[in-house]
Amino acid sequence: MTVTESPATPKADKTKELVRVHLRIKRYDPATDTRPHWQEFEVEMSPGDRVLDALHLVKWTQDGTLTFRRSCAHGVCGSDAMVINGENKLACINLIKNIGTDLTIEPIRGLEVIKDLVVDMEPFFAQHRSVMPYLIAHDDPGYKERLQTQEDRDRFDDTTKCILCACCTTSCPIYWANSEYVGPAAIVSAHRFIFDSRDDGAQERLDILNQKSGVFRCKTSFNCTEACPRGIKVTQAIEEVKRAILYDRV
Amino acid sequence: MNVHYHSYDAVVVGAGGAGLRAAIELAGEARTAVLTKLYPTRSHTGAAQGGMCAALANVEEDYWEWHAFDTVKGGDYLGDQDAIDIMCREAIDAVIDLEHFGLPFSRTPQGRIDQRRFGGHTRNHGEAPVRRSCYAADRTGHMILHTLYQRCLAKEVNFFNEFQVFDVLFEGEGANRRAAGVVAYEMATGDLHVFVSKGVLFATGGYGKMFKISSNAHTLTGDGPGVLFKAGIPMEDLEFYQFHPTGIYGFGILLSEAARGEGGILRNSDGERFMERVAPTVKDLAPRDMVSRAIHAEIKAGRGAGPKSDYVYLDLTHLPPEQIDSKLPDITDFVRTYLGIEPKKDPIPIQPTAHYAMGGIPTNVEGEVIVDDQNTVLPGLYAAGECACVSVHGANRLGTNSLLDIVVFGRRGGKAMAEYVKNVGHPDVPKGAEAKVRERIEQLKAGTGSEKVGEIRTTLQESMTLDASVVRTNESLTDARKTVEELKAQYANIKIDDKGEVFNYDLTEAMELGHLLDLAHGLVVGAQARTESRGAHWRDDYPTRNDQNWMKHTLAHLEQDGSIRLSYKQVVAGNYQPMERKY
Repeated sequence: MTVTESPATPKADKTKELVRVHLRIKRYDPATDTRPHWQEFEVEMSPGDRVLDALHLVKWTQDGTLTFRRSCAHGVCGSDAMVINGENKLACINLIKNIGTDLTIEPIRGLEVIKDLVVDMEPFFAQHRSVMPYLIAHDDPGYKERLQTQEDRDRFDDTTKCILCACCTTSCPIYWANSEYVGPAAIVSAHRFIFDSRDDGAQERLDILNQKSGVFRCKTSFNCTEACPRGIKVTQAIEEVKRAILYDRV
Repeated sequence: MNVHYHSYDAVVVGAGGAGLRAAIELAGEARTAVLTKLYPTRSHTGAAQGGMCAALANVEEDYWEWHAFDTVKGGDYLGDQDAIDIMCREAIDAVIDLEHFGLPFSRTPQGRIDQRRFGGHTRNHGEAPVRRSCYAADRTGHMILHTLYQRCLAKEVNFFNEFQVFDVLFEGEGANRRAAGVVAYEMATGDLHVFVSKGVLFATGGYGKMFKISSNAHTLTGDGPGVLFKAGIPMEDLEFYQFHPTGIYGFGILLSEAARGEGGILRNSDGERFMERVAPTVKDLAPRDMVSRAIHAEIKAGRGAGPKSDYVYLDLTHLPPEQIDSKLPDITDFVRTYLGIEPKKDPIPIQPTAHYAMGGIPTNVEGEVIVDDQNTVLPGLYAAGECACVSVHGANRLGTNSLLDIVVFGRRGGKAMAEYVKNVGHPDVPKGAEAKVRERIEQLKAGTGSEKVGEIRTTLQESMTLDASVVRTNESLTDARKTVEELKAQYANIKIDDKGEVFNYDLTEAMELGHLLDLAHGLVVGAQARTESRGAHWRDDYPTRNDQNWMKHTLAHLEQDGSIRLSYKQVVAGNYQPMERKY
């Protein structure tokens, strides 16, 4: 360690004084509301805390009816995608000190709102399933592992990171306009297998993605890449799939 | 409230690694429903980072027997050695299976599955750290979860997503009970679903949300153990709860042991590598219980860092930046996100974080749930993964052995259940089997109580982290027990805000809190009774292991009046005789 005299202190020091956070949340209760409405809340919290912590503070101390999905709280499970100040984000990886104390929170777009920030994820997962997102291998490797070079492994590393949070798909203007479009997340899932040297199902997937609802709907707006909380180069993955179809080459 | 009835051969509750691995065995063999309160890919298996150990010997000499020895010793001789042998032997096939399912393991230059060092895993019975952990960068759990889910999709497994199980059903009474299904609550509608089935496998994960500083997901609330505890099934070894040494300070978010496997070093406020004093041979790669206690001791001795002197450092600054980027990309990103520091330049503030339940639903090596100290099986009832206690982890789990546990025993449980359901008739479940659950829901919604779920949970978490974590005493456990018992009384008088049908998480959180309270109760009562120090259970007032009196598993029973009764069960001996645990 190079520093001993002035050891680094975490900049998200939880002992720092609290700040007031103002939340404006789009609410919808199917039992009582005909359409969504805005509701405002104020909470006090540490600037090092997450947007998710703000939502929990509201739910646990002010209004137990506020409804949102969440689980891991550190950006790996993909449950808490929402529109925060106009952009698709995971509530659990955005800290108040970075995003500000004025928060406008809405459900992700393009999927039907069921209650508050909870949307119907079924169409999204159906699109994921439609690209055959599993290894298709016709060889018999016996009792041994298949070999794969580090270069071959690197070829699809980026798209293995996907957590199916839907931030990309629900930021895509094409998807908003046409929910038949398979969407960036499903293409990312297909890419992960198409470019896996162990997989034999590339052609079947490319045929699926060459259909009307497939990759060529993409107009390269880059919204998906900007929205991805895992830093996946989504647009590039889509382009690689397009090229594989056009040049018939993986 | 609408009620729906379903009939299956097999029901799997939970869709993390263990549940999905069981489902793969059941698919095509038995009519199977997999119920999860989340979506499968949201399960906390996805948060596991470092790897999965198996003596593949891809990069250096290794044998499954060495792995078994390390696991027995790491568990401070409380693990059942028959089960440990099975796990370490089958580990090799389990890894190969995952590779065949498509798991993108990191590779050696020769294209084989790469392996790296991990805490407590050694060559030749403790000589030196060994490279045994198979991994996919630092997102091995994510890759296992997704690969198993992908495999389930290929096998057209029948998922009921966002269905939360509130009760288990039996046919018969007392000692003649057999499993007959579950009652589940559908989040999207608020409807109840009665699943009548010959076999039920619980794979609901851990219950780390009883602690304040925790690496666990908000949803890890011990639902399976909680439901079974209430139904008269004892819980095994609840007092053995693991605190992972390296949680991100203030958040508890996990920083994998792989960071130390790759060469990371723990330092106190003086910059001293204090693990050299504690474990001269394996140093920073000592098992988690020892490292967490060492951190606790440094802080207590005034060598903690920060304004409150309450953390130490995980130092990665000496590692080549490209090694950090390729081997530890996710966890270094967590550090940047939550602490705003660059781990290539600055050491990372860390503190122990509640991480893993060694204890849980008692099972044998086939995943069958056992209900007493004679290992009596309750037919048709199975458990696997963190919610279960086989017991392979004994008093302290070694890093990576949880991912191994879920795939080995998920597979065994699924296989055993597939066989079982072929040979038994359909259970008889009377109409109205959901009555108890319905009553509870109506009672909660009508509740005129005054106690808030969030407040009770916060008090529980603070008390458990303060009094029942890394270091315990009779005094601290008395305090914790008193708090838990008071909170249980308050819990009887809770109210919820949301009276609606659709996505009522206010209601499910209230149900989950009930599980956490019961399991915390079992934990503190078991811990108070156990007047020795073993593995993760450290008593300052009884600082040595006492094999004569305490080499036995605890079985906690939740009585009708809400109290806890303890009984004990023998440890299965094997090749390795207990000895002093030095590293």
